[in-house]
Amino acid sequence: MDFYVAAIIQAMCFGPLVIGLFLSMKIFNIPDITTDGSYTLGAVITAVGLAQGSSAIVTLFLALAGGALAGSCTALIHTRLRIHALLAGILVMTALYSVNLVLLGRSNMPLLGYMDIFSGFGVFESPDHNTLSVLLIMLAILFLVMSYLLRSDFGIAMRATGDSEPMIRAQGVNTSRMKVYGLAISNALVACSGSLMAQFQGFTDINMGIGIVISGLGAVIIGDTAINFLKVRAISVMLVCVLFGVVIFQLILAAALGVGVDANLLKLTTSLLVLFIVALPRMGGILQLSRR
Amino acid sequence: MLDLQHITKVFNVGKATEVTAVQDITLQLNAGSYTVLVGANGSGKSTLLNLIAGNIYADTGSIRLHNKEIQRLPDYRRSQCVARVFQNPLLGTAASLTILDNFRMAALRRSRKWMKLGMDRTFTQIVRDKVSTLGMGLEDKLAQPMGTLSGGQRQALTLLMTVMTDVDVLLLDEPSAALDPRSAREVMEIADRIIQENKLTALLVTHNIGEALRYGTRLIQMESGRVVRDYNQQAKSELGHADVVSWFDYYE
Repeated sequence: MDFYVAAIIQAMCFGPLVIGLFLSMKIFNIPDITTDGSYTLGAVITAVGLAQGSSAIVTLFLALAGGALAGSCTALIHTRLRIHALLAGILVMTALYSVNLVLLGRSNMPLLGYMDIFSGFGVFESPDHNTLSVLLIMLAILFLVMSYLLRSDFGIAMRATGDSEPMIRAQGVNTSRMKVYGLAISNALVACSGSLMAQFQGFTDINMGIGIVISGLGAVIIGDTAINFLKVRAISVMLVCVLFGVVIFQLILAAALGVGVDANLLKLTTSLLVLFIVALPRMGGILQLSRR
Repeated sequence: MLDLQHITKVFNVGKATEVTAVQDITLQLNAGSYTVLVGANGSGKSTLLNLIAGNIYADTGSIRLHNKEIQRLPDYRRSQCVARVFQNPLLGTAASLTILDNFRMAALRRSRKWMKLGMDRTFTQIVRDKVSTLGMGLEDKLAQPMGTLSGGQRQALTLLMTVMTDVDVLLLDEPSAALDPRSAREVMEIADRIIQENKLTALLVTHNIGEALRYGTRLIQMESGRVVRDYNQQAKSELGHADVVSWFDYYE
């Protein structure tokens, strides 16, 4: 049972990340690979901040700022130099690997014994329940802030930017600047996830971000499938679907590990799972084709 | 009102494909005038429209609006005073947003989009009243995504969106070209009504000679990047269909 509780906690740590990816991939239609780097950046900033004696809240905000900076870099490369977003993201992600290594000073750092964001909350006896409560509160705040943001005039302009650029430029919006804001918010959220995950697992590792964009994407696609299936139109309900998606995704992964999939094959399993989820809506067509 | 002085635009300078799209055009649009622009493909009509909208910048010359230079302003800054309707009905509205969201953006065309909720009951009522003037029954579908509507409906709404806030110049780039004949006529009638009710300064590009004769207070023909014919309202009303068709017959 504890195994599945851990999976849910992990899913909730990924909460900000999937909201961020939903913003970049689904709302802005930008495939943003910076994620792999900014996730680690969030964890690295947290490790360095805690080791320097900063409070957990301050380090969390520093991580958010670091992620926002990384996202702005990608967006500026994409919009100013007109380089494909995919390439811009890969460039920044690669550069961040060195940045992270220099900041951390080594490739791995344990975070045990520091006052992290989960240790201040001691209502329940079980530490898992305390962690879950802290994450629930954080996700609730994140959900309220993001659903307000996306329903505001600014948020409508953001959604229109990803939808029809000529339309929103004709309504007086600088779409290049909008993309910078969007990717900054998206990567700040990704870095927030990195920070939470580092504190939950008790260490920061320079390679912890590898393939994280795929885990996030899997969750976003599950959420998107739910959105299309339920014909959701309200943006706040879409956010709920995406958060629901990440819990499902992590539970499926946990189940796979539970039935004895080798932990070394975790990334392979993740990839195959995402492939399966992406391919699922197309399976129907193939089945019909064979019937013809 | 809108004053174009010696505008020239050359594409692909120095290459084999070099083309002078607009050549030394000087043109004034008076306040409240409705100018119709005709011309063969490649005559520079669309380029001229894009130059005014700010999608592309002129090589030489100046564009002044209310005696203020605007030729260096990017399109999203110019759209505060220049509204436009695209040929492609899908471009003028955002498909995944609701009708109400689209109108909210249009209402804020001249102002910043702050992080506050602007969709209150008063705003919804204003949009409902506006949309009901179209007589398409769309006022009950304000919460529907734009993508669920037909091209004609979207083009009509795009037109209506341009007058959600003050507008100095309205650019219509073949707004009915992609529509069926009936929707095309509806959209052109709506455009005419909106222009007259709001006393807008408008510029219509069209390939449809019927439209060119029926609407507008002035008719201009472009050829090879120049204005070759310019008729005022009086002279335009005396023109017949065959006269305008003959402008396009080069081989006789």
